[in-house]
Amino acid sequence: MDWELFRSSFWPILRGGLTGTIPLTLVSFVVGLTLALVLALMRISGKRLLSGIARVYISLVRGTPLLVQLFIVFYGLPSIGVVIPPWPSAVIAFSLNVAGYAAEILRAAILSVPKGQWEAGHTIGMSRQRTLRRIILPQAARVSVPPLSNTFISLVKDTSLASLILVTELFREAEQIAAFSQEFMLLYIEAALIYWVFCFVLAAGQGAIEKRLDRYVIH
Amino acid sequence: MSSTDPAPARTQTPGEVLLSATGLQKSFGSNTVLRSIDLTVRRGEVVALVGPSGSGKTTVLRCLNGLEVPDGGTVAFAGGPSVDFGGAVSGRELSALRDHSAMVFQQYNLFPHRTVLENVIEGPVQVQKRRRAEAVEDAEKLLDRVGLLAKKDQYPFELSGGQQQRVGIVRALALRPDLLLFDEPTSALDPELVGEVLKVIKDLAEEDWTMVIVTHELAFAREVADEVVFMDGGVVVERGHPDQVLRNPRHERTRRFVQRLLHPF
Repeated sequence: MDWELFRSSFWPILRGGLTGTIPLTLVSFVVGLTLALVLALMRISGKRLLSGIARVYISLVRGTPLLVQLFIVFYGLPSIGVVIPPWPSAVIAFSLNVAGYAAEILRAAILSVPKGQWEAGHTIGMSRQRTLRRIILPQAARVSVPPLSNTFISLVKDTSLASLILVTELFREAEQIAAFSQEFMLLYIEAALIYWVFCFVLAAGQGAIEKRLDRYVIH
Repeated sequence: MSSTDPAPARTQTPGEVLLSATGLQKSFGSNTVLRSIDLTVRRGEVVALVGPSGSGKTTVLRCLNGLEVPDGGTVAFAGGPSVDFGGAVSGRELSALRDHSAMVFQQYNLFPHRTVLENVIEGPVQVQKRRRAEAVEDAEKLLDRVGLLAKKDQYPFELSGGQQQRVGIVRALALRPDLLLFDEPTSALDPELVGEVLKVIKDLAEEDWTMVIVTHELAFAREVADEVVFMDGGVVVERGHPDQVLRNPRHERTRRFVQRLLHPF
């Protein structure tokens, strides 16, 4: 075991995580979640066209590999004249992908709030929209935290695919050092460890959020 | 309150007509729930809707608040909205109806993520745009009246069913509606908690709040109602003074229903 290499490569890989993996994950997740909310609302709108569009979108995203989606955006689009740099390409592909999965989570969470909550909102004079925002979504949020955390943690690891479209992130840093030093085992395990630490911290964050949202239910 | 004591209804001169509903019809699929219901409520009056389950009484109540959209008929408030359900009805029309009435639900339906106080001020602050400080002061007064001021910062799950329902009533009162609607307000409660809720409703009746109450508590209906409306099979079978409808029903169906509730076995 080459501890010197382990030590000297640690910071460059970690830096790749902090400046590549984490921002990529956060931006993609926030954009994806916003899009997911729109899709979920389309699905439950009762309007056939809107819910149909959302349904097809979700089916396409979930029925095709993320790597293929990523390659379509980065290597495919230039052939029809749309050239997008690596980082934005990755954000687009990851956001669109997350949206497909999170939309179903949010839809289920919204539907899990009892109908009486909608009625209580209406009877105090609230519109559908305001009831959704102030009464339904806060309750749906609690239900959706565990499954959304799953999606989020998957995304952290999936961003390693971005190394294949030349985005500088954790795994690409590790790969470059590995190619240079020929110490593949050492550097891949080092990368894996750092991913694991990231996810470990995130899982703790999930626990804290759940605890906060649970303050109004019987334990 | 005993079912054999004579319990005179409140004597007061009926006010002007506040609400009139005519020809309400409603079907769910092939199941006709309301055939053609007329209902008139005068200001300050308490109307009790009674009848076997499935008779359509809850549906009538929900139509008055626009929670159920009837297939036909009209609901009109004096000096307020008049909605004809014969044609398409907009969300705006439904919300105009709701501006004049407030519903108390069988299952309370408090907002679980809001404290007692937040439940009560939600409508006044968010919908009626009243100043928060004023809404809070109002809410605290109302909570104090039903003996729950000390609970104002607790969440609904920390309260008993009877307490939750009293908060439900306060949430409705805080909107200062013209009309209070009660959908079997004590049916979900443990028997020993029914009294505390009925007491609050009775006090409201004495303060001349206008109310429509769907209830199975016949003794209570006789004590607080000015008019009892007996429904069965989606029609009004009989209506009139509580003593008449509940003690000397004219119709066989009413008689059987009252007998069944008074002597369940």
